[in-house]
Amino acid sequence: MTEHDPEKLNVAPGTPHSNILSETVAYLIGLALALVLTGVSFWVASTSVLWGPGVAVGLVVLAIAQMGVHLVFFLHITSGPDNTNNVLALAFGVLIVFLVMIGTIVIMTQMDANMAPDPALMNLQMQH
Amino acid sequence: MFGKLTWDAIPFDEPIPLITSLVVILGIVGIGIWVWRKGWFPALWHGYITSTDHKKIGIMYIVLALLMLVRGFADAIMMRIQQSMAIGASQGYLPPEHYNQIFSAHGTIMIFFVAMPFVIGFMNFVVPLQLGVRDVAFPTMNNVSFWLTASGALLVNVSLFVGEFARTGWLAFPPLSELEFSPGVGVDYYLVALQISGVGTVLTAVNFVTTILKTRAPGMSYLRMPVFCWTSLASNLIILAAFPVLTATLALLMLDRYLGFHFFTNDGGGNSMLYMNLIWVWGHPEVYILVLPAFGIYSEVAATFSGKPLFGYRSMVFATMVICIVSLMVWLHHFFTMGAGANINAIFGIASMIIGIPTGVKIYNWLFTMYGGRVRFNVPMYYLIGFMLTFVGGGLTGVLLAIPPVDFVVHNSLFLVAHFHHVIIGGVVFAIMAGYTYWFPKAFGFTLDERLGKIIFWCWFIGFHLAFMPLYVLGFWGGTRRMQHINDPSWAPWLNVALFGAVIIGVGIVLTVVQLLYSIKTREQRRDITGDPWDGRTLEWLTLSPPPHYNFAVLPDVHGEEAYWIRKQTAIKEDKLIDEPDYKPIEMPIDTPTGIIVAFFASVCGFAVIWHIWWLAIVGLIGAFAIFVWYAWQDEHEHIIPVEEVRANARERRRIRMEHLHTISQST
Amino acid sequence: MTTVEAPAIGLTHGGSEDTGLGHRGPESKSIVVPYGFWLFVLSDMVLFSALFATYASLSHATDGGPTSGELFDRTLVAIETMALLLSSFTCGLAMITAKRGNMIWTLGWLVVTGLLGLVFLSIELYEFATMIGEGAGPQRSAFLSSFFTLVGCHGAHVTCGLLWIGTMMAQVWTKGFREHIMRRLLCLSVFWHALDIIWVAIFTIVYLIGTLP
Repeated sequence: MTEHDPEKLNVAPGTPHSNILSETVAYLIGLALALVLTGVSFWVASTSVLWGPGVAVGLVVLAIAQMGVHLVFFLHITSGPDNTNNVLALAFGVLIVFLVMIGTIVIMTQMDANMAPDPALMNLQMQH
Repeated sequence: MFGKLTWDAIPFDEPIPLITSLVVILGIVGIGIWVWRKGWFPALWHGYITSTDHKKIGIMYIVLALLMLVRGFADAIMMRIQQSMAIGASQGYLPPEHYNQIFSAHGTIMIFFVAMPFVIGFMNFVVPLQLGVRDVAFPTMNNVSFWLTASGALLVNVSLFVGEFARTGWLAFPPLSELEFSPGVGVDYYLVALQISGVGTVLTAVNFVTTILKTRAPGMSYLRMPVFCWTSLASNLIILAAFPVLTATLALLMLDRYLGFHFFTNDGGGNSMLYMNLIWVWGHPEVYILVLPAFGIYSEVAATFSGKPLFGYRSMVFATMVICIVSLMVWLHHFFTMGAGANINAIFGIASMIIGIPTGVKIYNWLFTMYGGRVRFNVPMYYLIGFMLTFVGGGLTGVLLAIPPVDFVVHNSLFLVAHFHHVIIGGVVFAIMAGYTYWFPKAFGFTLDERLGKIIFWCWFIGFHLAFMPLYVLGFWGGTRRMQHINDPSWAPWLNVALFGAVIIGVGIVLTVVQLLYSIKTREQRRDITGDPWDGRTLEWLTLSPPPHYNFAVLPDVHGEEAYWIRKQTAIKEDKLIDEPDYKPIEMPIDTPTGIIVAFFASVCGFAVIWHIWWLAIVGLIGAFAIFVWYAWQDEHEHIIPVEEVRANARERRRIRMEHLHTISQST
Repeated sequence: MTTVEAPAIGLTHGGSEDTGLGHRGPESKSIVVPYGFWLFVLSDMVLFSALFATYASLSHATDGGPTSGELFDRTLVAIETMALLLSSFTCGLAMITAKRGNMIWTLGWLVVTGLLGLVFLSIELYEFATMIGEGAGPQRSAFLSSFFTLVGCHGAHVTCGLLWIGTMMAQVWTKGFREHIMRRLLCLSVFWHALDIIWVAIFTIVYLIGTLP
């Protein structure tokens, strides 16, 4: 048990577990899941059966799921106590990515919306 | 063959840069000859240039910072003189194209090559000692980081005599910084220098976050770390979060300039406001990168010179981490006027005010640390008190600026200039001076002259207020920043007071040099025999001054907060040191020329890119990669310090400490 | 499987008390080095997030030129995605065989990983060349600038990864599976997997969402 074994209280990110079969199986499961998620993504993007605006959201969710598969099955990031520092670092990284992307998109969209209208349009508006 | 580089690049027709460059070159050559004649080069090469010792690297950072402070200050006093002269009919002595380069260089140098190296230098020197370990997690990478920073500084200074510098201000906003409006090499010098030193900075952050989270003395849990280590952790986390955005943004501008891309151009669909957004995503956290370690220094100084543990340790830690996170959420307050609208402005305005709260918690904690303590008015304590009086004022004007309607009036005015100098000088510069005085004896074995130190403090304190308070007034009267010429003659007295203040700061800087030389000359009078000249509370004071290469003969066991204080008090009470431990040989990393060689090739590549000498740029890149591969191919990166040497040093330390212990017990 | 390893920077101390989490003194190099590299990878992700944010802001700034719907070929992207995903898998296999000290299999899986990466890069370069040939190069519009930069930056990282794979193969061949070589292989695998994570974001946002009707 990791709680009683001080050697196991810290694990390097990317470190796999000890059995060759279980390690290979982990990678195979990861590959299979990733393939499925990728296939579904491509299908969702080309099908007409889903509601339009939902497609983009669905694709983002699928992408996040795929990243999760990579993190867990390929990078061996788990929620065990031996992985705490790795998870915290990842959480910090995710926060920054989120802030930078969402922050920029929101700010730029707002500024775009507040831009003065096209001169031709403005001319038209000013004639009233 | 030489790209854009021709003899025209040398400013034969501009006396100021020409003469300055000649003086600097002659100075460097002269010092080089002097060092060579004294036979100091081998010691410099092995002891400092190729050193992987965090203490030596820290000292090199601070030396770099002090040198660049002189250049940055020279730019400042030139600006003050120009603004005092060029009022009404007079045009002063600096034409606009030259003045614009000066304020751009001033900002770039002060932030990137003075404040950052100072702060990183202190973190380098102090953190491993305070954590009770022998070095940082990646000592060779540490050396590389320093030399990459130095490479950036070198390129900025080369721009003085080969070519020109940016005329865009220290953040190089487009469209002015685009090729269409800045066709010269100035902006390229800026971009390349910052990209090179930016790599060094990110590597430093990786180094320090790893060191603090993964390598500490036995028994030192997170909540037993000194506050300076917490603030260093927070600062380096912010570096990891923010600097990649700077790298990306500057790279985008470089792509626009070099390859004709359209990120921020006026045509092709480019959006220069995107640059503002991205650069401030970096720019705001940057100032917290600087100020958090400064707060850490104040925490150490407050506790040591009040003779009391720091008040509210846990709230300090909490406040630090809150500032760390919130500092990444306020950046829009730098462009309230750019048109994001009232709702967005309100959100970021509120966030900007919220960040004042944990800062206020810290101020109260420092005050309560002093309250009830036996305050010793040494130079670092002067700076702490000066900081509390000064920084709070700057912070208040910051809260004013955080209100969007107020900001609409004073955005980019002299009010803003006064505000940020208020917080940077009151916060960061005073902390640097305090830390410099505080840790100097640990680094060199003797203290600095105290009397000169106090005079220097007053020069900074009085000089700063005289130099910047008038600017608040002028800002309200409509004074814009970065003006080469002043229209309104009634501003003259205010500008002259500001010039006078700048001169007083200049006296302080000169006296700092004098203090250093004088202290070296009279060092025997102020020898730090015990290694603990200030009756310190943290582990760096456990070692002799300067500490041996490996810091501690055995890593200290930590039993509580203020690890060293507990150990010291126990020793005094029991009138004996802890039992002599089992000495072992110590493995330490070897010196390596990797850092300076990589930086050499980076400088070559950078210079070549700036001047469009493509073949040389490729040579530089290949060279940097080759030395990296060469380094990676070595198998032996460590050497062993024999146990006899460890034991001898340790016994000498114990002997000195025993003597000191007897002196204490005899006097009580 | 816990081996006694060289601690980070000369750990020697007399007597210690085991106080639990993280109090045992400095961690060993095999913990410290990959953790530092993980931090670097995360900072690289922040760099990509800035490029993604730029792409998102400028994706409609086509200046009257070609749009994403007109330019991108999903079939090519599907092949690229498969190649990179498989290469991530084979990289994992290389780590498994390396841990067992098997030289031939490790070099073999590394070669396969590199070749799959090369397939990915070739398709990408072909795509870039075609677009530039059609007048849809990065200088055409802000949208195209941001596309070429985002995808190109990823491609540049893949290129560095390939260089690194080559270097590691040479190091493994000449030095065997010593401690520091294993650490570097671990870092390489973290890097390679991270590249695939970024690619998931790219193909989703740029190629799929960008070409929705």
